[in-house]
Amino acid sequence: MKSILLKIARVGIVTEPARPYSDSELEEVGAELRTVIDQRFRGSLAIRQVDAGSCNGCELEIHALNNAFYDLERYGVHFVASPRHADLLLVTGPVSRHMQHALKATYDATPDPKWVIAVGTCAADGGEFGVSYASLGAIENVLPVDAVIRGCPPTPLTLLRGLLTFLTRR
Amino acid sequence: MDVWAPLSDAHRAWMIELNRELQAQGVAIRDGTGSALLPAHLWEVGSHDWERVARAAHRRQARWAGLWLDDLGNGQLRAHAALMKHGGLLVLRTHLEPPDLSLPSQAHAFPAADRIERHAADLYGVTFKGHPDPRRWTRHQAWPPDTFPLRKAFSAAGDPAPATPPDADYPFLASPSPEVYEIPVGPVHAGIIEPGHFRFLAVGETMLNLEERLGYVHKGIEKIAEGRDPESVARLAGRVSGDSTVAHAWAACMAMEQALGKVIPLRAFRLRGILTERERIANHLGDIGAICNDVGFPFANYQFSRLREQWLRDNAAWFGHRLLMDLVVPGGVAHDLAETDAGAMRDHIAALRRELDELRPILDANHSLQDRLVGAGHLSFEAARDLGCLGYVGRASGFDTDLRRERPYAPYDEVTVPAVLRTEGDVAARLNVRYDEINASLAVIEQLLDRLHPGPVLADLAPPGRATEGIGLIEGWRGEVMSYVRLDATGRVARFYPRDPSVFNWPALEQLIHGNIVPDFPLCNKSVNGSYSGHDL
Repeated sequence: MKSILLKIARVGIVTEPARPYSDSELEEVGAELRTVIDQRFRGSLAIRQVDAGSCNGCELEIHALNNAFYDLERYGVHFVASPRHADLLLVTGPVSRHMQHALKATYDATPDPKWVIAVGTCAADGGEFGVSYASLGAIENVLPVDAVIRGCPPTPLTLLRGLLTFLTRR
Repeated sequence: MDVWAPLSDAHRAWMIELNRELQAQGVAIRDGTGSALLPAHLWEVGSHDWERVARAAHRRQARWAGLWLDDLGNGQLRAHAALMKHGGLLVLRTHLEPPDLSLPSQAHAFPAADRIERHAADLYGVTFKGHPDPRRWTRHQAWPPDTFPLRKAFSAAGDPAPATPPDADYPFLASPSPEVYEIPVGPVHAGIIEPGHFRFLAVGETMLNLEERLGYVHKGIEKIAEGRDPESVARLAGRVSGDSTVAHAWAACMAMEQALGKVIPLRAFRLRGILTERERIANHLGDIGAICNDVGFPFANYQFSRLREQWLRDNAAWFGHRLLMDLVVPGGVAHDLAETDAGAMRDHIAALRRELDELRPILDANHSLQDRLVGAGHLSFEAARDLGCLGYVGRASGFDTDLRRERPYAPYDEVTVPAVLRTEGDVAARLNVRYDEINASLAVIEQLLDRLHPGPVLADLAPPGRATEGIGLIEGWRGEVMSYVRLDATGRVARFYPRDPSVFNWPALEQLIHGNIVPDFPLCNKSVNGSYSGHDL
């Protein structure tokens, strides 16, 4: 136990400032996000992530939002296990035809009002995979999409910015 | 220079003995030596002997390493099976002509062949006679059972219905009694992970059986590769499985470079090695944290996800991409490493090593953590061997496969790769193998940095002027990645088959959960960490 506490103390809080990025950029994005979420979502935004056919690259970076550097939860944003608890679906793609039904069912299970953000180049326009016998390409070919965050994959900072841009516009 | 170390005497002797035994049985083998399939040795056999060869190879303890078919466009199909022994690759090839598009299944000799044969059956319409499980596998409902997407006559666009129905009537193993209940999970899971379906049979909390149903993220990768140029296929290969982008891109590029008889610059080899080891470390760091998190030890998750993030930021700073995508390109690498960054990399390696040395005793001494990891999800050596398990899954159960050591390819022929092998076969062993492999990879990167002399990093690849083919084999972070590419005379890709190691590790999950409790399934699953996308293609 002592070694755990010592390690925690030695590492300290890495959450800010985000050193490798331009000073306080992350803090600024985060503070705005917090304000928006406080005002419009009563302090809490619940996200359900759905992989509709991605290569898993986008998932790795969405995961990174929960590490100590970005610590998404401090802004009141959290990932939930069920679409029934979600305000927002973060969908990665392309939508494989084998996932079309499951994606639609997940969307239908999400209570109104709800939003869909397409994450990643494939979700935006089909990316390397496009439309084929196996793929429906962009998310908007299957669900109404409210915003798009591009990147292959988008970095955690791009994801934060994309969330903020969408929420401030709402 | 040669990309591959010379074939070992042991492999040569093994192949000669196998050949002699088969000849004695009356099996006709046409030796395809001199083909472009280096480093593989090629044997052409009659389709009726397909299983007999597999059985003989199995008796001589070969590892079954893959199967791919190819439509030559003239009505003929061609099948290939890959067998590994002593680091040498033997490729069997046979031709199928209508009306008899069938092959004897190799899945009785090698259980590893089970799902790949079903995948080939779904996509080519070939019957594998005597297959122990003839249910469909990759095909759900996106195309009808009497059409076959990888036939040349099938267009990549296909003729899909506007809405693909769910695959509701797949015949799962059903509960034999009311006391045994079925738990369906997925394809949409509770976490931020890929989709797939798991069907449990459980009594109380104890899992009696797990059946995996994959194929949800089938994106037609093999089909849409056709007609692309090498650069485009390298980009596609880099998205077969996003966490293995370096390994898949390298395997595909190696296959194309072999096909074109092109050797890339030395510095490019060394950089590819550094990128592959960085990818291995990043994934292992993430997995160690996630495994601990699945048993309620978030301290480790915070520490290891922090180390992973720092590692990825270094990737971005030195190579321009956090996950190292699109850096391995045909002919070399797209981004050189600056001299100052090489120095910084050494410093950061030393810093990571210090942190790892500090954290390890904390994990080892934590009884509540070890109580959940030790003994959980046990995979026997025999099961790992029979399923052909690769990477850390095999190496944690005493089944040792590592191309970097068995038959080094450039740049691994000039470095020492420390062997990592354990025999306990449980979740703890799979975690410890990862831990040791991080340290091994750090040592490999340092050796490669020592040899990173100035020079070009990219060579031109001229179109072949004739049809050609090649194989790539790379020890990725999950294990051996295999890639087959056939190029037409203009240099366009006529066939691309990437074989992810997950294909052989997913079935291990079905074995290692026996007797474990349902709540430990996420732990067992994370300890294997198969790629859905790499499996489904």
